[in-house]
Amino acid sequence: MSASRQARMIPDQSLARWSWEYAQQVPQPEIERRNRSGIVVKPLYTPQDWDSSRYQADLGYPGQAPYARGIYPAMYRGRTWSRRMLVGLGTPEDFNLRQKEMLASGTTAVNFIPCNSVFRGYDIDEVDPLLIGTCGTAVNTLDDMRIALDGIDLGAVSLGMNDPSPFTLAAFVMLLAEEQNTPWSDLTGTSNQADFISHYVANHMFYRLSLEGSRRVLLDHIRFMAAQAPGWNTLSIVGQHMQQAGATPAQTLGFTLSSALWYVDSCCRSGMNVDDFVHRFTFFFDSSISLFEEVAKFRAGRRLWARLLRERFGAKSPRSLRFKFHAQTSGVDLTQQQPINNIARVALQALAAVLGGAQSLHTDAYDEALATPSPETAIIAIMTQNIIAEETGVADVIDPLGGSYYLETLTNEMEQKALDVIESVDSRGGMFEAVRTGFVQAQIGESARQFQEKVDSGEQTVVGVNKYRLPEEEEADMPIYRPDQRAIAAQYERLARYKKERSQATLRRGLDELARAAGDPARNVFGAVIEAIRSGATHGEVVGTLRTELGFGSPYPGT
Amino acid sequence: MNDSPIRVLLTKIGLDGHDRGIRLVATGLRDAGMEVILTPPWMKIDDVVWIALQEDVQVIGISSLSCDHLVVPKLMQRLRESQLDDVVVVLGGIIPKCDVPSLMDSGVAAIFHPGTSLDQIASEIRNHVAARRLVAAIA
Repeated sequence: MSASRQARMIPDQSLARWSWEYAQQVPQPEIERRNRSGIVVKPLYTPQDWDSSRYQADLGYPGQAPYARGIYPAMYRGRTWSRRMLVGLGTPEDFNLRQKEMLASGTTAVNFIPCNSVFRGYDIDEVDPLLIGTCGTAVNTLDDMRIALDGIDLGAVSLGMNDPSPFTLAAFVMLLAEEQNTPWSDLTGTSNQADFISHYVANHMFYRLSLEGSRRVLLDHIRFMAAQAPGWNTLSIVGQHMQQAGATPAQTLGFTLSSALWYVDSCCRSGMNVDDFVHRFTFFFDSSISLFEEVAKFRAGRRLWARLLRERFGAKSPRSLRFKFHAQTSGVDLTQQQPINNIARVALQALAAVLGGAQSLHTDAYDEALATPSPETAIIAIMTQNIIAEETGVADVIDPLGGSYYLETLTNEMEQKALDVIESVDSRGGMFEAVRTGFVQAQIGESARQFQEKVDSGEQTVVGVNKYRLPEEEEADMPIYRPDQRAIAAQYERLARYKKERSQATLRRGLDELARAAGDPARNVFGAVIEAIRSGATHGEVVGTLRTELGFGSPYPGT
Repeated sequence: MNDSPIRVLLTKIGLDGHDRGIRLVATGLRDAGMEVILTPPWMKIDDVVWIALQEDVQVIGISSLSCDHLVVPKLMQRLRESQLDDVVVVLGGIIPKCDVPSLMDSGVAAIFHPGTSLDQIASEIRNHVAARRLVAAIA
């Protein structure tokens, strides 16, 4: 008997003994456990599932292919993740005050959330005042944005703008930079919510223009920024909406990568070279409370993105292959019942994102399941990140779960499941077609239904909801953020004054030019958006003009 | 006693477009034997009143996840003006406690918070409709 054969014998015998003893201690027949992606989770993982002979093939070193361990050689030792808190409430003054509080509390970047009316493409004077400023900041004009970002050094802080096509908020930022003599090449930030496919599928609120029109404006935005503001991330591909709508983590990864591949393909077909633009694509994912599953999702995502870009588009530059992602702790895991429990949930979700190697993180406030966070709860959320970053020590070691038999097996399984999803989308002609025909929406709807059934039946515990409920009167009664109605009324007056005092002739010319640019495929629409705003146009007027020229977007056929 | 299937209009008013919840509720109520008319989000109050009239519904269900419930009292007012007082209006989603009294005062029949099962929603709707039908029969 060879030495190596003998070495294997001993664990085999002890494994057999363990299985027998395990079965004695677990009620039989044992209920099969699956994670949210439907992968069977075993009670124990061993070198029979994964062993370090696969190290180089599966993992490699940080910053090197296949990128499982991280996209940068130094990861958090070089720079911790961006602590980026979504801020959006009330008036531009309210935003400015809250953002400065957040920057003073450890937040390292700006993430601007406009009012729902802005997301829908309207100015506030087109909408009921009761709906303004409850879930985001009312910003319609360059003047509004000047107030919102007052005192923030545009060239020094990364500016995340939740800004669907046609990117009016990015245009506001660029015009402000010009006023302050900050060159566009010094700007860093992200056009969050540029991924219109995700809005068509799931977060319908952000969907403004027709599919074709959205595609046109996005490609022009990518081209314009690559030339003029090369530090700007032009497209953040969003898995978050789909997971919030019910997609499993593996489905989310598959569909999101399918979208990303479709965007890359569109850019390449329009004549761009993959290594010239794809390093400005980033990803945005949910981090749910299914901790190991999320870590595996992020690691699998890194491997898949690098591999698919190389295989399908011949990307060569290492910076192209980096799967940069922002994570947001998952809102659907939070509960209205016993809301303070959400602090614990958010900490675990955030930990999953950090163990998964996120570049940027937003932590939900514990009242976020109910309303826009209050200043106190928003501070707890950012302090949660500070605790993870600086007290726990988890950021000291790169990919600290790497090499775990369970996690490596799970990463491989999540990767395969996501790849199956990508292939199912490929067989339907790619993500654009798979979405246009409703395939993706149906898949997500089915997953949402299955999850709800598990919650309703108690198979999936939700503490405080289907288990460990407290009597109603013991539940905390929380103060709810609502904008000051007098301030909102003043914002309406400010907009009316702005519209009255601008030069109507200049405005007319700006909007006419925008319409002409939209009608001429040889011109860059995003450049024309900037010029229209310079001529005095409001957000709603820009979106309105492009809706006329490029088609109104509704993800509901016939509406 | 009228035992024809209950007709429910499920809709979202205001600005929010998150529709995971309302789609699940639509499936649940259909499974419970009701006839469900599901609209896209962003309905205007007048649209809701018009559809309710045209479709002769007994129930309007509004899903609100980001403060759109704040305009529900305006909807209740318009329903009264259109002689649709007998329609049962229910709300579901994220409705903070502090808003519940004013919504109930405006005539909302029930508010379903997260964690309510689809069965509970169906049975409460059935009870409210039965009560209104009884009142109508007596009147």
